[in-house]
Amino acid sequence: MSNTKNITICNTLCNTEILAIFNDHDPALLEQLAQEAQKITRRYFGRTISLYAPLYLSNHCANQCVYCGFHASLKIPRRKLNEQEIEAEYQALAHAGIQSILLLTGESRQHTPPEYLEAALKAAKKYFANIALEVYPLETEEYARLNAAGCDGVTIFQETYDQARYKILHPAGKKSNYAYRYDAPRRIALGGLRQITLGVLLGLADWRQDILALHAQLRSLEKEFPGVDYAISFPRLRGTYDYKEKNYLVSDAELVKIICVTRILFPRIGINLSTRESASFRDRAVHFGVTKISAGSSTAVGGYAGLGASPACPPDRAVLENAPQFAVNDERSVAAVKAMLEKQGFDPVFTDWRCLAA
Amino acid sequence: MDELIIGGQKLTSRFFLGTGKFASKKIMRETIAQSGAQVVTVALRRVDIQQNAENFLNFIPQNVQILANTSGARQADEAVRIARLSQAAGLGNWVKIEVINDSKYLLPDDQETLKATEILASEGFVVLPYVTPDLYTARALVKAGAAAVMPLGALIGSGQGLQTKYLLEILRQEITETPLIVDAGLGAPSQAAAALEMGFDAVLVNTAVSLAADPVEMARAFGLAAQAGRAAYLAGKMPAGNAQASSPLTGFLHNE
Repeated sequence: MSNTKNITICNTLCNTEILAIFNDHDPALLEQLAQEAQKITRRYFGRTISLYAPLYLSNHCANQCVYCGFHASLKIPRRKLNEQEIEAEYQALAHAGIQSILLLTGESRQHTPPEYLEAALKAAKKYFANIALEVYPLETEEYARLNAAGCDGVTIFQETYDQARYKILHPAGKKSNYAYRYDAPRRIALGGLRQITLGVLLGLADWRQDILALHAQLRSLEKEFPGVDYAISFPRLRGTYDYKEKNYLVSDAELVKIICVTRILFPRIGINLSTRESASFRDRAVHFGVTKISAGSSTAVGGYAGLGASPACPPDRAVLENAPQFAVNDERSVAAVKAMLEKQGFDPVFTDWRCLAA
Repeated sequence: MDELIIGGQKLTSRFFLGTGKFASKKIMRETIAQSGAQVVTVALRRVDIQQNAENFLNFIPQNVQILANTSGARQADEAVRIARLSQAAGLGNWVKIEVINDSKYLLPDDQETLKATEILASEGFVVLPYVTPDLYTARALVKAGAAAVMPLGALIGSGQGLQTKYLLEILRQEITETPLIVDAGLGAPSQAAAALEMGFDAVLVNTAVSLAADPVEMARAFGLAAQAGRAAYLAGKMPAGNAQASSPLTGFLHNE
């Protein structure tokens, strides 16, 4: 191993030392990191992997993120689900066995105001044990309201911590305010939410610096809000339209290193992996740090109820087929993912938390 | 027969088993069945109360006492709600109070645990609170009506054994009116035996069993270790000390 540091003491390493690990391409080091990450993950999570599914309520967006398939200037069919359509989506997902969902929208407060989210949450409580949101950043009191409506957790990605790149990538819309977004996790915690998922979109800037900054934010949040359950997602950029920037793309080996180092530094946090990643990558990642994976995912609005699934919910073929936020790379059903986990010696967990608010 | 009585129930096994982290529910069921454990913890957060085919509860053998745990509770009121809900869901009235408001170290919040114990014990629950080995807390829990007190041996899932040994010894000496069970941190059967040798009434183990290469055999080993430790305690272990000279320096005084 070219790196002389004992990686089992990673949690005492300074950023310079972590960067040295990031920049060391020795496969033996990578294997050692994976072994250590597996040991830690087993200790705290055993052989269980939680399953969840994302559900897109709307693709309306007020932002101009230059890398996103939903951004405001794109001429795509826009749609938001009405009450009946939402119900049909919930039924379809619940029927597949999903108990934990992540409700997503494009970032448009105008089209999907807090009242809309509140209604969607209340309806979801009938079907699911755990409900999380991934929407535009809100105010503390709005988060508290959504918490009261049944929201257990919120996912918020800073996208990149490189402020210069952030400005280029988010040229207009409320999202261009870096500081407001950065402060969102604090507001979420102050709003009483018990699960917060952070992340960067790998591929937008130098991943090494982004990961260090993400870790720093997480550490600071852990100190201020120790009772929150934290998780991290590491989505890699997957193009859905004409975003050509290739300078910052992250390789499979680099993603493995990111997951492993994060696990070693933060033994008890959840690490999620979405269907942006391929089936073969996901099948292996569950062995060294990932604790939660999505399954049977559709990233299109109305993607679960399916064509003609409900007379009350006429599908919009154009939206279903042409305008997902990103391309799904692992198209296996919930049952297939469950079978894969069992075959590899894991216990797929569908219920790992339920809201017990009075 | 040497029995442990908790909540009016006579137990012959002093090995309690947790049900998290197993590779499959079938392995969990087999482990419980073969372990001899008469009490198993079940986290309500994992229970599908809509009773689907894969429901966790379907894999718990009928003849064991379910100890519902309030894992996931951050405050006393949440723990109380979970206990009431688990009773309503048919899990019975035995409850392990687990209130954790620190996701980094997973240390129990003793003050909130005490509040929940006071409420639930007064409602007739058989309450087993999981706490740090603090004498004041233990005394207060006994006064509040805890059916047993469960101090930690080390951090949850750490497998580090009896890191809190000196505090545990104080608890054992002072708390004699209520069973004491070492919960959390045990990594090997020898550590379970040591806890029983110290006079603790039982041990509760999860990770060391569920992550063993052969969970069924490891559970059996823990059960045997608990038996051995208890037998050693009852037999009156010789006091530990330094070697004693066979020809003491003052022997001449008694030889005349």
